[in-house]
Amino acid sequence: MSWLTNFVLPKIRAVVAKKEVPDNLWDKCPHCGQMLFHRELEANLYVCHACGHHLRLSPQRRLAMLFDDGAFTRIELPKTPADPLKFRDRKRYAERLKEAQAKNGGNGDAIWVAHGQIGGIAAVVAAFDFGFMGGSMGIAVGEGLLAAARLAVLQEAPLIVVPASGGARMQEGILSLIQMPRTVLAVEEVKAAGLPYIVILTDPTTGGVSASFAMLGDITIAEPGAVIGFAGARVIEETIREKLPDGFQRAEYLLEHGMVDLVVRRAELRQTLARLIAFLRQKTPPAEIVPLPGRGEADAAAAPAD
Amino acid sequence: MRHFLDFEKGIAELEGQIEAMRHLSNVGDINIADEVARLEAKAGRLLRQTYAKLSPWQKVQVARHPERPHFSDYVAALITEFTPLAGDRAFAEDRAIIGGLGRFRGRSVVVIGHEKGADTEARVRHNFGMAKPEGYRKARRLMELADRFGLPVLTLVDTAGAYPGVDAEARGQAEAIARAIEACLRIRVPLVAAIIGEGGSGGAIALASGNAVLMLEHAIYSVISPEGCSSILWRSADNAQDAAEALRLTAQDLMKLGVVDAVVPEPLGGAHRRREETIAALGTALEAALEPLLALDGPALVAQRRQKFLEMGKHGL
Repeated sequence: MSWLTNFVLPKIRAVVAKKEVPDNLWDKCPHCGQMLFHRELEANLYVCHACGHHLRLSPQRRLAMLFDDGAFTRIELPKTPADPLKFRDRKRYAERLKEAQAKNGGNGDAIWVAHGQIGGIAAVVAAFDFGFMGGSMGIAVGEGLLAAARLAVLQEAPLIVVPASGGARMQEGILSLIQMPRTVLAVEEVKAAGLPYIVILTDPTTGGVSASFAMLGDITIAEPGAVIGFAGARVIEETIREKLPDGFQRAEYLLEHGMVDLVVRRAELRQTLARLIAFLRQKTPPAEIVPLPGRGEADAAAAPAD
Repeated sequence: MRHFLDFEKGIAELEGQIEAMRHLSNVGDINIADEVARLEAKAGRLLRQTYAKLSPWQKVQVARHPERPHFSDYVAALITEFTPLAGDRAFAEDRAIIGGLGRFRGRSVVVIGHEKGADTEARVRHNFGMAKPEGYRKARRLMELADRFGLPVLTLVDTAGAYPGVDAEARGQAEAIARAIEACLRIRVPLVAAIIGEGGSGGAIALASGNAVLMLEHAIYSVISPEGCSSILWRSADNAQDAAEALRLTAQDLMKLGVVDAVVPEPLGGAHRRREETIAALGTALEAALEPLLALDGPALVAQRRQKFLEMGKHGL
């Protein structure tokens, strides 16, 4: 407008404004409110020192923490039609999509697919980006999971999927709903090839994502405290008009109800994953620790004497 | 007493007048019969005009019309010797989804579908067609039964969605739906699905991942209800009409998107006005969809279904 609003006002504001915590130096735990020094938080895999709350992870960080030495190769995902329905709510979907892409610094969508090694065994990981429109699943995410499944089959590697998603992407209407059967078909390709399919449920995994590929793992792991369920808590509360039980739809609640195999803290995730993959992929021990036949028999014979 | 929808007000008034006149005898020089005929023609014209260009939101109302034929009406007319089979063998019998054995055009089939219920008592018994995990697990069990004995599966979809409740979540609603979709895609027998009213999100596609998906002319099929979409994207409950437009949930739009294989025309004024006619039309359409699938063997059926879903979403409107 004028030099006054453009130049002077911001300067005054900058002087008057309460000193905000500078970005990238401190973070606040969304659970307990504890201020966390950024570098320490990073070293602690984005788990709060004070309360153990597992903060949401970007796909870069997720992939880096799962693969050996943080080394992985990200693959390019197929181009898909953007805004197939010409959807518009208060804003055009095409615009929302562009904003989300600008924010994540590219033209991707809510999923990253990469390959590398986990515990020395080749593996493919597909990780959701909750920061990209709530990790919602539309055509691009469906195609991403199909690409991940095919890469796993091609490399004869296990597929690990790490959802962090509110569910289907409403702005793609029915075309997001049909990603449910399409992602189930992706999982079928991996299973048909006899390869392990492991899901790591992270906060949150709900709606159409939980009711399709995310609940079909050969092994299902959940991060502590993650919200996992089909219907949103608010919808349930409005339907039954009751307060929800403590810890409802949390990872520990699902474990208690028999819906997941393991709840694993982030610090132990890579090791656990490596061990599980090794169980399924290396059915006999590596050659160097196979006992010599003579020694083995001698030990076995000696055993009953104890 | 017919249940009229808001946008049918004009038609309701005319039909009310016609009904009142039928009870009169000729007075003076007014010929009642002529007058009734004139009003009937007018009502017919208005009905035709209204239903020729129903908005998506109006279709939502028609799809949810309480007098619309439900699962049990179709089964009573189209399936002989229907024998319902109950339970998920784990926890309970869920009457929101009914399924069983019967004969369609003389052939043994498995029929599965959501039942909303026709009166208050039935609606409560069937939980308004909103299934819990038990319902989806029963559906999966019956699909596997069909697979084992080589019987085609017909599914009739009519649900606002899977039931959002604490008990449903505790028993794994998400997993039950995921496994039902998996069963739809795995079975080595034909699966023909028909959206007969509301196709509500995951609770609908759990029964509708089939070789052929039919849809009645005024049925709807959507990832979320227009009301739910409105409250999330518009942050207000008042934009359900806009959401209904934006979601492209009509049979006509879904046909264009390649998600639906055939649209089954409804009688003038919607399925609820001539229920028998609607049911017969769906029967014909189901038979036509099933016929070519019967020629395919198990692996070919699985491959066809797979190909069909992988092709979807390659193009927009």
